[in-house]
Amino acid sequence: MLSFMTFFPLAGAVAVALLPRAREAWARWLALAVSLVVLACALALFAAYDRDGAQFQFVDAHTWISSEVAPFTVRYLLGVDGLSLPLVVLTAFLATVAVLVSWNIELRPREYFAWLLVLETSLLGVFSSLDLVLFFLFFELELLPMYFLISIWGTGRRVYSAWKYVLFTFFGSAFMLVGILALGFAAGTFDMRELQEMGPLREAVVPAAVIFAFLMVAFGIKLPVVPLHTWLPDAHTDAPTAVSVILAGVLLKMGGYGILRLCFSILPDVARDASLFLAAFAALSILYGALVTLMQQDLKRLIAYSSVSHMGYVLLGASALGTVGLTGAAMQMFTHGLITGLLFVMVGLVYDRTHTRAIPELSGLAHRMPYVATVMAIAGLASLGLPSLAGFVSEMTVFLGTFPQHQLLTVLGVMGVLLAAGYILWMVQRVFWGEPSPRWQGIGDAVAWWERVPTLALVAVILLVGIYPAVVMDLFERGVLPIASRLG
Amino acid sequence: MFDPIPEAAAWAIVLLPLGSFAVIALASLLSSSGVRLWRPAWSGYLTILAIAAALGLSIWALDSAIQNDGHAVGFAPHEWVTVGPLTVDIGFRLDGLSALMLVVVTGVSLMVQVYSQGYMAGDPGYSRYFAFMSLFTGAMLGLVSASNILQLFVFWEMVGLCSYLLIGFWFYRDSARRAATKAFLVTRLGDLGLISAILLIWWQTGELDIARIHELVLGGAVAGSVVAFFAGGVFAGAAGKSAQFPLHVWLPDAMEGPTPVSALIHAATMVAAGVYLVARLFPAYALAEEAIATVAVIGAVTALMSALLGVVMTDIKRVLAYSTISQLGYMMAGLGSFAFAPAIFHLFTHAFFKALLFLGSGSVNHATGTFDMRRMGGLARHMPVTFATMTVGALALVGLFPFAGFWSKDEVLAVAWDERPVVFWALLVGVFLTALYVGRMLFLTFGGQYRSGEAGEHGHAPAHPHESPLVMLLPMVLLAGLAATAGFTNLGHGVEHLLAGALPAEGEELAAEPHFRFGIAAASMAVGLAGLAVAWVVYGLQAVSADAVARALAPLHRLLERNYYLDDLYEGVITGRLVLAGVAQGLHLWDRYVVDGVVNGIAQAAREAADRLRLAQAGQPQVYGAAVALGVVLATVIVLLANP
Repeated sequence: MLSFMTFFPLAGAVAVALLPRAREAWARWLALAVSLVVLACALALFAAYDRDGAQFQFVDAHTWISSEVAPFTVRYLLGVDGLSLPLVVLTAFLATVAVLVSWNIELRPREYFAWLLVLETSLLGVFSSLDLVLFFLFFELELLPMYFLISIWGTGRRVYSAWKYVLFTFFGSAFMLVGILALGFAAGTFDMRELQEMGPLREAVVPAAVIFAFLMVAFGIKLPVVPLHTWLPDAHTDAPTAVSVILAGVLLKMGGYGILRLCFSILPDVARDASLFLAAFAALSILYGALVTLMQQDLKRLIAYSSVSHMGYVLLGASALGTVGLTGAAMQMFTHGLITGLLFVMVGLVYDRTHTRAIPELSGLAHRMPYVATVMAIAGLASLGLPSLAGFVSEMTVFLGTFPQHQLLTVLGVMGVLLAAGYILWMVQRVFWGEPSPRWQGIGDAVAWWERVPTLALVAVILLVGIYPAVVMDLFERGVLPIASRLG
Repeated sequence: MFDPIPEAAAWAIVLLPLGSFAVIALASLLSSSGVRLWRPAWSGYLTILAIAAALGLSIWALDSAIQNDGHAVGFAPHEWVTVGPLTVDIGFRLDGLSALMLVVVTGVSLMVQVYSQGYMAGDPGYSRYFAFMSLFTGAMLGLVSASNILQLFVFWEMVGLCSYLLIGFWFYRDSARRAATKAFLVTRLGDLGLISAILLIWWQTGELDIARIHELVLGGAVAGSVVAFFAGGVFAGAAGKSAQFPLHVWLPDAMEGPTPVSALIHAATMVAAGVYLVARLFPAYALAEEAIATVAVIGAVTALMSALLGVVMTDIKRVLAYSTISQLGYMMAGLGSFAFAPAIFHLFTHAFFKALLFLGSGSVNHATGTFDMRRMGGLARHMPVTFATMTVGALALVGLFPFAGFWSKDEVLAVAWDERPVVFWALLVGVFLTALYVGRMLFLTFGGQYRSGEAGEHGHAPAHPHESPLVMLLPMVLLAGLAATAGFTNLGHGVEHLLAGALPAEGEELAAEPHFRFGIAAASMAVGLAGLAVAWVVYGLQAVSADAVARALAPLHRLLERNYYLDDLYEGVITGRLVLAGVAQGLHLWDRYVVDGVVNGIAQAAREAADRLRLAQAGQPQVYGAAVALGVVLATVIVLLANP
């Protein structure tokens, strides 16, 4: 099931790419069908996961490179636990959203949707790999579709941004590869399940702290952590809407997931020593990101920088090393994916109509597009942590989890919430409120089904998680418990 | 009188208005998708229906609380979220304090919604207005009935959201959108303290349930310094919400919202939430000497300072806004002087007469098209009902016998006399200033000759002001009845008894026992009458020119008109110069040129190196492949080097 789900988009991508030119218009329908099948599978797994059962479920294991031919074993090993399963669901959900918001792509649609589906496979693979080598391969596979999607279908300095993204990630990947190899050779296995059961590494070729640092560089770039973040605003801004959604919604979470799954699970001793250091970088990211966000004049850059700030909460919660903080960090990944995904969708809808993202040029849009304004306001309020919407739950859990460990740094993090209210509300005030501008006289609201369905679905889930967080929180808690017990 | 209210019925008080919001929101969504089944008028009816039902249930709840001597009616909490050691429950806290608040909120809200039928008639945002009003009422009811501090905070933020949305209701106006954002940000600044306090208390006690926190605090299980910081942090949030100095600056601007919104949210209920919060956590304050002294001082300073501002405002709603701030200061000063029950009793009476005064100002605006008192005058003849009801409200505000404000204000003063004499004298001066601005408002609005009005909220400038329609007058008359009589409810100390029951048993003696003192009552009456007399001389008889007084006190007058230059300080200097132009802009440039500059510099150097390498290669995929190979080699080398 898990393997089928992971590779089904890849098969779909091949099918989409092989469509005859005359049937080009089918590409989006085919992509939608594929992403819906994957979403259905993901939801089925979510429902079927036994919350009282084994940690990793739906495991598919096959030996790939056996120890008979090499001094190590690499396995094709897929499986999910409480930490990865919600992220798999999030991926499947946002991939469907991404297909819908790309409905009007006219430039080479077959290629576009094919790359989008390849991207989905790589993301699902990252979250369900239980073998370090396989994890690394999926982690790298994502670069290829991302490069093409940004550089061909992007806007602005798209080639520059695409390269910047690839090189930044690749820089981190080199460190990660070293870290993974060092871990694998020291432990004699690449199986994450075995690695996390092991005691401290004794015969490490490289000291554990160095491995930890190497992995942190890779994941710190992805998350991102200031000062490794400057690829993010460029890539988010110049990517097409759907890719911004995936980028902010899912790709950043590879960083947070990697930190929890690899750094913390496998090297808990180092994590304990690094706690304060991580919290300090988290607070730096939160405040620095939020302050820089305040000055952004481009809607997409504004949301991109706000992601830097919001992903700081993931690191902050993680740095607490306890169940509450780790659950908060995981929740923050999930809710940020929903909220920022929705924000990017809405900005895309604005841009489709106005062909500008410059905040000073936009004004009074609520008169022309009340639906877009309303949904954007809901997403913005969720982003600034309004209770009853998803963002509040995760941020508050992070704060509650971190405060006992790092009081001052947590309070600094709390201040980010005020700054978030500032940049969100000033944006809403300038872009949507105010006198109707004659320049935007002719534009219309978002009424098409492929605009309404994904946005309403996102709003519904944001509300659901905000009002009844236990739907995903219980699962995340189960997922982080083994990590917390190793750290504790 | 009735059977005790079941828990489901208690929850319905909160859920009915929230349900009304949900229905209107979904109906509006359907309308915007082309399914036009819903008529805007239904939004108003549904809201009124839901709130009327909530009022009925609230009275039932109050009855249950009275039968229980104000002690908590034990509804068991329900689990909401559990993560490791963190458990968040939600529960319905029904005791004397919350029951009284339920009745105040639903009662005033119902009056305001009825009034809005007339006031908002024909507004294009009619449905949106009632949706937000429903949401606000539900959230406010949720706030006062929350048994858990995190649950309370959820509703606390939601009422703030509604306030934001309703201040900015006419979102196309520049002043409205600015005021809305300002209100949200200033209150959220205070909320940083509240959040920190919640984190602190959870860290130290592992509890978020308010009753459990009280048990631990009163049982001495929490260090004194922790209690002090907790109470102080909570007060920062309360001061933001209740517009206490120095966080009061958002409330006058909030008058940009429709007037019924000002009456409900920015006079009677939401702004009193801060007072309610301090009262809810009173045991913690009573044990933290520094914290409760701060409450008293801030309250007294606020009461005085803003009463002074009320004297110079020319916009009738701004006079009332500063009056509200001042009265909230009275309540805070009362709580800070251990006058637990009197402060809440004052909240109770104030809700009626201040809502009435705002509705009256809306009625005046409806007739004249302006809020500028310089353009009013002589309205007593044209609008007799508005005049009569507003006079009742005004006398209640001044605190003249036998109107409601007399009883509650007097109790606050009496306790302050015993506990904190300095606060008492400040509040007594405040009574004079209150009478002065109230008298000024009445004489400018209703006395003399009509001064033409202007096009206002509803865009018409009538030559002849006319009395408002019955649907607006009826709620005003009912509220006037309450403003005249609500004070008698405590004649047998019934209200105090009810409120005192809400305190935990071990904490009951922490609150001061109020006594009626004839001397204090007479003094405050005399001071109030003196204030009215001065107003009459200056604005009624015009024996002394107000302009001449203003000129004579020019520096003070200017200081007051500019709100002590606090807006300039906050918006111009701190937000504008320091945070935005200074730190944020600095970091923005740093990010762009230094951090990203380093990255691009490295990339540039690498590209130059790669250009030479590329001579042997053909295109980009090869570069990528070469880079992969390079990375693997690099990694292997590092591993080998580290493992000689």
